[in-house]
Order: sequence, then structure tokens, then C-alpha cells
Amino acid sequence: MGILNKLDSKVEQFESGNIIITSADKLLNWARLSSMWQMSFGLACCAIEMMATAASHYDLDRFGIIPRPSPRQSDVIIISGTVTLKMATRVKKLYDQMPDPKYVLSMGSCSNCGGPYWEHGYHVLKGVDRIIPVDVYIPGCPPRPEALLEGLIHLQEKIRSQSIAKKVS
Amino acid sequence: MAELKTEEMILNMGPQHPSTHGVLRLELVMNGEIIEDVKPHIGYLHRCFEKHAEAMTYPQVIPYCDRMDYLASISNEFGYAIAVEKLMGIEVPERVEYIRVIMAELQRVASHLVAIGTNGLDIGAFTPFLYCFIDRERILEIFEITCGARLLYNYIWIGGVSRDIPEDFQKKVKDFVKYFRPRIKDLNNLLSYNKIFIDRTANIGVLPPDVAINAGASGPTLRGSGVKFDLRKDDPYSIYDKFDYDIPVGEGEKGTVGDCWDRYMVRVYEMEESLKIIEQAIDNIPEGDVLSAVPKRVRPQEGEIYFRTETPRGELGYYIISDGTVNPKRVKARSPAFCNLSLISQISQGAMIADIVAIIGSLDIVLGEIDR
Repeated sequence: MGILNKLDSKVEQFESGNIIITSADKLLNWARLSSMWQMSFGLACCAIEMMATAASHYDLDRFGIIPRPSPRQSDVIIISGTVTLKMATRVKKLYDQMPDPKYVLSMGSCSNCGGPYWEHGYHVLKGVDRIIPVDVYIPGCPPRPEALLEGLIHLQEKIRSQSIAKKVS
Repeated sequence: MAELKTEEMILNMGPQHPSTHGVLRLELVMNGEIIEDVKPHIGYLHRCFEKHAEAMTYPQVIPYCDRMDYLASISNEFGYAIAVEKLMGIEVPERVEYIRVIMAELQRVASHLVAIGTNGLDIGAFTPFLYCFIDRERILEIFEITCGARLLYNYIWIGGVSRDIPEDFQKKVKDFVKYFRPRIKDLNNLLSYNKIFIDRTANIGVLPPDVAINAGASGPTLRGSGVKFDLRKDDPYSIYDKFDYDIPVGEGEKGTVGDCWDRYMVRVYEMEESLKIIEQAIDNIPEGDVLSAVPKRVRPQEGEIYFRTETPRGELGYYIISDGTVNPKRVKARSPAFCNLSLISQISQGAMIADIVAIIGSLDIVLGEIDR
């Protein structure tokens, strides 16, 4: 029962084995974090490392992460590379096209803060978080595939602690 | 078919499209399914290379050269390093030349593997992509034990290389060559001579040799059209004149000379030739100190130089003007992928819309190098 292991210990199971009691949050979060479909969208150098991660050696499929060509079908957008000013409006548009719930992974120094183009890059956006909200930042230029996997696992942990109920203020 | 002419339609492809190899936008003028004109729009990855080169010292420019063509970083550094060395009159030790050539040829194989894999992936063959990346990881492993990085190396310095090769380098390279030869045969069976792949690429996007030469095309794009031009042979640099290898050209084996399949196949043959160079070089690396010719301070005389090398994409030239200070006055890169991309409207007129993907894949563009 893989599902039961992933939901945590508070899951109750009846003797017949077909009925499970858990909270809606946990079920939703479990479903969301186990099938984070990423948008196959490459920007620059980091996209090559993203491709290498998705290919056979590192195999993103085992995390339930499948590249989708359309923003309408994807849950995660990995900003993999330098966001230039010309591209920034398009990145924002792509993000807006994604259905909720949506997550953003900023991969590499360029999309974190401008990276090596920070000082003299007159055409480089200094951090993608200026246009869209970022969930996880991955440092590196470019980050190794292991770093990208770590970032995705961090994102899964973040999703695990979400709640659909509004916070009482 | 003139009576069937439909209203002209403009179709935008990209900048977010899985098959445009980055952030290229194509404006397609369509007549039904037939492409009438293609206008490439570039600049979505303009990272201000020349501005950075003005502000940096000569050695500091090398990492930015890496990031231009990120699939073939070593080849990019190679050209820049030789250009500055010529400007300063530095003689590089023999050992360094051998290491550089071996690394550049390994990089050529790695780059062609990505080109071949993504070309297949774009037109629907997913499996060869995975096989190509397994082999590429083996090359990256060699790079990693040598210079610590997987993709962007900063390995070739002006006057030398950043560190000496590790002890088991030669064994690992030899193992790779031995492992990779049969893998090329597998790749041919899997993709090159696959009937569906041939149907999608043969007789598509035919590039006549005169058009290619006029547009300044180079690399496999030019050689696919049957023009035997390779800077390693025609304008030899480093120690390429010491080795025995062939320059494969497109012969129209499955269709017309200069079609997508020819351009694709030239890359496959070139990988074999690169293996030949590596095999000849790997046993003859002389002893020496790789850092002995690295200058403490890079400050060339006033002057200018244009130096070109053969990267996996074609002729990459650096035009450097020095004003006698530690910063270059101007570094301009002549990018092969830029010239190759300029051909796209000429070779895709009259093709079907699905063919444009095969044509882009066969040109093997890297947007980092086009926009710089």
C-alpha cells in the first residue's frame, strides 16, 4: 500500500481494507506532490542540465515529473536560465496561463538574481522573482542535476505542508 | 493547385516551443499547410557578451565565452584562448595542445550527441534521445574528473589549461572510445536508417551548396551540402595538422544532397572522425607543465586580431581589439549558428508545417550563441 506509506501515520484504515480516513488536505497534497508535471521550457544553459536530469541517467520520471509542452497542462515551471527583458513578458504570460495550483522553481544563478550578468547585463532581468513568485531557488551556474532533484524534493516538502483552508488571522 | 490557394495566415512558433531549441520565435507565413515564408525573430537570450568583454579583463572573458555556446564550451574557450595567445605571442607547451585537442574533440562528440538526440526527439523519436544522453554522461564524467564542472568548464586558460589531467584520464578516454564505437552502430540502426526518420528528413529542407556559401554557413550545415570545408583541415590551428582524419560531407545517400538527413548524417560521421583524432592523440601526450606559459598578467600590445576555429556548429571567429590595457577594447564573436539560422527562410519555403521542426533540428542552433 504505497499510498498509505506516503500519507502519514494519522491515516486510519478499516479492517476490510477498502476504506481510508484521512484529511482532505493530506489527500490533495499527496496527489499534487506525486505528479508535478513540469513545463518543458528551456531558456539557456540550465535547460541543458534540465534535459540531462530528465534523460535516462537521472530520470525525473521516477518522481512523477513528466515534461508537458503546454502551460495549460503543467503544475511546475522551471525557470532554467537567463531571463532577458525581452523574454520576461513572455515568462510572465506563460506563468499566467498555468492553472492553479502552480509552482515556480528558479534554477540557477541567472534566474535567482542575474548571476554572472548581474553587473553589466543591461538586457538581463535581475532575478525572475521580480515578475513571478518563486517557491524554490536552486543555486549554481549551472546547478548539477542532483541539485535540481534536491530542489524538486524541497518543493514536494513544501506542497506537503499546504492547506486548502484559509488561515484564521 | 493555384485555384486552391487559401488566405494567407501568420503563425507564431515560439519563443516557448519545445522544438525551437531554446527561445527562438519564428513567424511563419502559411498558405494552408504549406510554408510560404519564415521570419526568425531573435534576441530573447541577448546576454550582452560584448558589453561584458569590455568591462572584464582578458582571462575573465573566458567564462562568458563558455556561456555563449553552452553545448560546446570547450570549443568556445579554445578559440578565444588561441586568439589572445596570438595577440600576445605566447608559445603554448606541446602537452597543453594535446590536452586541448582531446578535450575539444570529446566536446564535439558530446555536442553532436545532443544535436542528434534532440533532432530525433523533435520529430517524435524519444528513445534515441535517451541513448544519446547516456553516452553524453560518460563524456561529462571525463570532463568532471578533469576540471570539476559538468557543463561550463573555464578549463582552457590563456597560455595553458587550468589544471593537469588526472592520472586515470587516459584510461577513461580510451575506455570511452572503445565503448562508443559500437554505440554509433546502435544509433544508426535505431535512428539514422529508421524508415520513419528517413521519410521525415530526406528531401526536406534542401540546401544547395551555392546558397550555403553565400549565406556564410559553416560546420555540418555547410558540409551537409557537399562542400568539403573544415577549418581544422583548411586553416589548421593548434596541432590538428598532425592527425589523420577525414572530413565527411553529405552525399545525398537517401535523398538530395543537402537535405536534413545529410546534415544529420554528417554529424554521425564526424563523431567517428573525432574518435580517430582522440585515439591518435591520447597515447602521445608529452610530458610538461600545463601552467608554465600562463602569463601572470594578460596585457597584450595594441593591435587587433581575427581568429577562427571549428566548433561543432561551424566557424566561430573572435575579433579582438586591444588598446594595450588589461581590458579588451572590443571582443566580437562571429557566430556560426547565427549564419546557419539565416538560411531558414530559404530552405523551408514550400515545406509542410511539420517539416519546419525537422529543419530547425538539422541546423542545430544554439540560441545563446546566436543572441550572445
